[in-house]
Amino acid sequence: MATKYVGQRVKRTEDPRLIKGLAHYVDDIRLPDTLHVCFVRSIYPHARINSIDTSAALAAPGVVAVYTGKDIAGKLGPVPCASALPDLKVPDFRALAGDKVLFVGHPIAAVVATDRYAARDAVDLVMVDYEDLPAVVDVEEAAKGGTVIHENFADNIAYKMTAGEGDIDASLGAADRVVKQRILHSRLAPIAMEPRGVLARYFPGEEELTVWSSTQIPHLLRTQLALMIGIPENKLRVITPEVGGGFGSKLNVYGEEALLGWISVQLGKPVKWIETRRENIQATIHGRGQVGYIEIGFKNDGTITGLRYNVFADLGAYHQLLTPAIPTLTGLMLSGAYKIPAIQINITACFTNKMATDAYRGAGRPEATYVVERAMDLVAAELGIDAAEVRRRNFPAANEFPFHTATGLDYDSGNYEAALDKAQQIIGYAKLREEQKKARDEGRLIGIGVSTYVEICALGPSAAMPAGGWESATVRIEPTGKVTVLTGASPHGQGQETSFAQIAADELGVDLKDVTVIHGDTGIVQYGIGTFGSRATAVGGTAVLIAIQKLKEKAQKIAAHMLQADASRLSFEGGRYSLPAASAAAVGSSDPVVPVGEAPAGALPEPETEGRTSLTIQEIALAAHIAKDIPPDTEPGLSATYFFEPKNFTFPFGTHIAVVEVDRDTGDIKFQRYVAVDDCGKVINPLLVDGQVHGGIVQSIGQALYEEVVYDEQGQLVTGTLMDYALPRASHIPNFELDRTETPSPVNPLGVKGVGEAGTIGATPAIVGAVVDALAPFGVKHLDMPIRPESVWKIINSSH
Amino acid sequence: MIPAQFDYQVPATLEEAINLLAQDPDGTKVLAGGHSLIPAMKLRLAQPQRLIDIARIRDLSYIREDGNVILIGATATHYELESSDLLRNICPLLPDCARSIGDVQVRNKGTIGGSLAHCDPAGDWPAAAIALNADVVLAGPGGERTMKAEDFFVDLMTTALEPGEILREVRIAKPQGKFGHAYQKAPHPASGFAVVGVAANITLNADGSCATASLGVTGVGNKAYRPAGAEAALVGKKLDDQTVAAAAAKIADGIDVNGDLYASSEYRKHLATVHAARAIKAAAGKAS
Repeated sequence: MATKYVGQRVKRTEDPRLIKGLAHYVDDIRLPDTLHVCFVRSIYPHARINSIDTSAALAAPGVVAVYTGKDIAGKLGPVPCASALPDLKVPDFRALAGDKVLFVGHPIAAVVATDRYAARDAVDLVMVDYEDLPAVVDVEEAAKGGTVIHENFADNIAYKMTAGEGDIDASLGAADRVVKQRILHSRLAPIAMEPRGVLARYFPGEEELTVWSSTQIPHLLRTQLALMIGIPENKLRVITPEVGGGFGSKLNVYGEEALLGWISVQLGKPVKWIETRRENIQATIHGRGQVGYIEIGFKNDGTITGLRYNVFADLGAYHQLLTPAIPTLTGLMLSGAYKIPAIQINITACFTNKMATDAYRGAGRPEATYVVERAMDLVAAELGIDAAEVRRRNFPAANEFPFHTATGLDYDSGNYEAALDKAQQIIGYAKLREEQKKARDEGRLIGIGVSTYVEICALGPSAAMPAGGWESATVRIEPTGKVTVLTGASPHGQGQETSFAQIAADELGVDLKDVTVIHGDTGIVQYGIGTFGSRATAVGGTAVLIAIQKLKEKAQKIAAHMLQADASRLSFEGGRYSLPAASAAAVGSSDPVVPVGEAPAGALPEPETEGRTSLTIQEIALAAHIAKDIPPDTEPGLSATYFFEPKNFTFPFGTHIAVVEVDRDTGDIKFQRYVAVDDCGKVINPLLVDGQVHGGIVQSIGQALYEEVVYDEQGQLVTGTLMDYALPRASHIPNFELDRTETPSPVNPLGVKGVGEAGTIGATPAIVGAVVDALAPFGVKHLDMPIRPESVWKIINSSH
Repeated sequence: MIPAQFDYQVPATLEEAINLLAQDPDGTKVLAGGHSLIPAMKLRLAQPQRLIDIARIRDLSYIREDGNVILIGATATHYELESSDLLRNICPLLPDCARSIGDVQVRNKGTIGGSLAHCDPAGDWPAAAIALNADVVLAGPGGERTMKAEDFFVDLMTTALEPGEILREVRIAKPQGKFGHAYQKAPHPASGFAVVGVAANITLNADGSCATASLGVTGVGNKAYRPAGAEAALVGKKLDDQTVAAAAAKIADGIDVNGDLYASSEYRKHLATVHAARAIKAAAGKAS
């Protein structure tokens, strides 16, 4: 494949419409006669609902209907959970609460009105008689018993699971030393810039329901909505217009999505709901939320012998789509970038009176990386070995891949030392350590944090996924020579309209401008799995590539027929099938077959083949559509579809190094340097990769230093607005010094690994490690996130 | 995020605004930049029946000199104060304070009068107004009255504005002599409001000793205040580290210090001390 575009920093073709405000999000889609929905949500974390009086709301101006849990009982199916784990307790989760509410924000009633303001006004008129119940807030308390959240279960433990290979007791026993540490992974709110939104339109005559939803998984959503609403899947269309970020929070099936569809069926009119930011923080899934206990055994030379992680996972009140699965992903990635002979994870996953946790950028892997990277820092501190060195001593060598871990994975390819070397070289590691020492002597608190991470991407082989792990693509060349790529992936900020077009343009030898990538409409695009788990390019991009290869097999046959030559004699280059030694004169025009807007409408001109020794693939497409002169055994048209099933995950890796300075007087933390060397395999578009890494690191900075969803002891949400929940701002972000190593993945022909979550996985431990290192003179070995200035100041202050 | 219904009126003059306000002073809120009021309305924490938008009154937004006094119209935006060359030259505390407020969008819309009248306990302007010994001019149906900014801030979100009155102007005596200004702030990472903010306005005698010290503190208590003990500990003295530290230690004397998720009262008091010392030193440094 000639690489005119692949590997280039091609600017996102999506951006002009986004920058100019011309893009269409769900809320930008306006249908006549649309009704608007606002929700009555629980103000209690745990309460019995004695009664709901909707009469005043129903009498309010503009109100068309008010639905409560009673109205949907037996009519709208439960909110689905796709995680199948042994002995998993699955509570019955409905779009509207029944006789109990189990978290602040739990939907109780849906008010439907002629405009959004009328609906919102009437929300205040719905009278809910609550009987307050004690809330279960702390996950470790939840595990102990006491108040049971779901009365049909014996306790609050959703499941327990032990996983890992090797004899952990023997391995810890054989260690020279064992270090233990309790660590917290705060609950985080994903906070996509565009909140959730749903527009549903039912045509009673055609019995067709169309649902516009801000989702990452249009096809999976269609299947689940069909089951929940009870409408045939082939009468249901899900359209995903522009999506303003998801970070996993829209890799889900929400009660609101089904309810809006159901209400539209009841009323025969379009209904719309746009989530407010307050609802977004209350009732869109949260991420992380683990309390863990690390036990790491090691030899005096720093060699790790075993790692045990006992973790309490705070699932929240109900399961969303993948809630129970997230901690199991943590278990899978506990080996990190290291040879660890024995690993054990013991998961105790508990219900609490909070919103469900689920996949948030990284989804279980940031937790794993944080565990193993904090563990490496603890080992380094215990032995007095440099943090980078202790990591280096435990890497598998580049020639040890595929590398089998004690968590049961086979890492596809890697060269961890090369990434560490490069990062150390860029930051000038040895000199930096000297400067740090000098600064410490002067009383300054400089810290250096190192993270050498591995992540699991390209989710994934279908065997490992709840609903298929493949991805689909259809590529067709239209009569006018324009190339249409239909991908089952559902990009929502990743830029695959650009990167997939780069792949297609290179593979077909056409201009990038001639390629359009279409996604996110189940009425147009063949079934697909969607965009999450850094899978779209590795799996979906590969499907595009192979679909094009299939298409070209057919094109070559037609070309041979038209040129009256044996297909095997034709070569393909620059978008053109040629006979050997085709002279430039005989090649013919390189202009598009039919210049759009210039050719007279009507009958399409057949390509002239007389005397030609080469034809463009676009000319062949036209001939294939006119179909007057194609081989007799060939179908007209020029398109191909491919469903790519990957044989393994991919395992990107890298090294992040953060340098911070702590203000002795205030505890403020300031970045001095940030270097990231990421290896995501082959790179289609370096600009997009840089953007992904930037965004990921920013969210890591948020997790490490600022963000935490806080529920108080009574279960009330304290950080319910962006005035309280601290997202990192531009002024909190250092300059990033990015670089890459490139170790192709053998798992797919593109050699790509994925990069969507690298930043949130690799960066957090480097940042925390840097702050801990800065405070090492005070004997600090660990700090829990988010590391607020006050906790830093307390350490410094208490040492006086 | 969807406010309750309200009426919206756009008077052309201040007089018209005062007349409109007099019709229903309790059910009406005066809207200027809208950066405190509108969010509160979206969350339905505020549900005024009527808004009177004074931001479009043309002669209410100005920054000018009048003899020895600086006059600032109520609807002058944070950005206009931040970018004023006049203020940069004659009263740099105002641009320094303005620059620390929110972000560019907030500064483009938010106004000094709106901020002072809102009386947020963590707002930045009240600290600067106190440190500059500013007067505020309040206009009502019965005419105008003028009062000291520090008397204007009564309690949490409560000012001395009577129903029917509008804050019209801020007046500041032009700083004279060897003066130095500084505003030191620890911003909340989410809201950008002051966890603590200390404004310092220091003048020095010819011998380098402190002639006057005027400080304003925000974020610490239920309203912005003047730390009289800290000021007294500076006047007449050489502003060496020891003196500054001793004064800064008094910054929260007699104040019931706020505590929240981000900063406990103990830590907040400490931060106030640190930032007071930094502000005093910075101001003194500029004065010398």
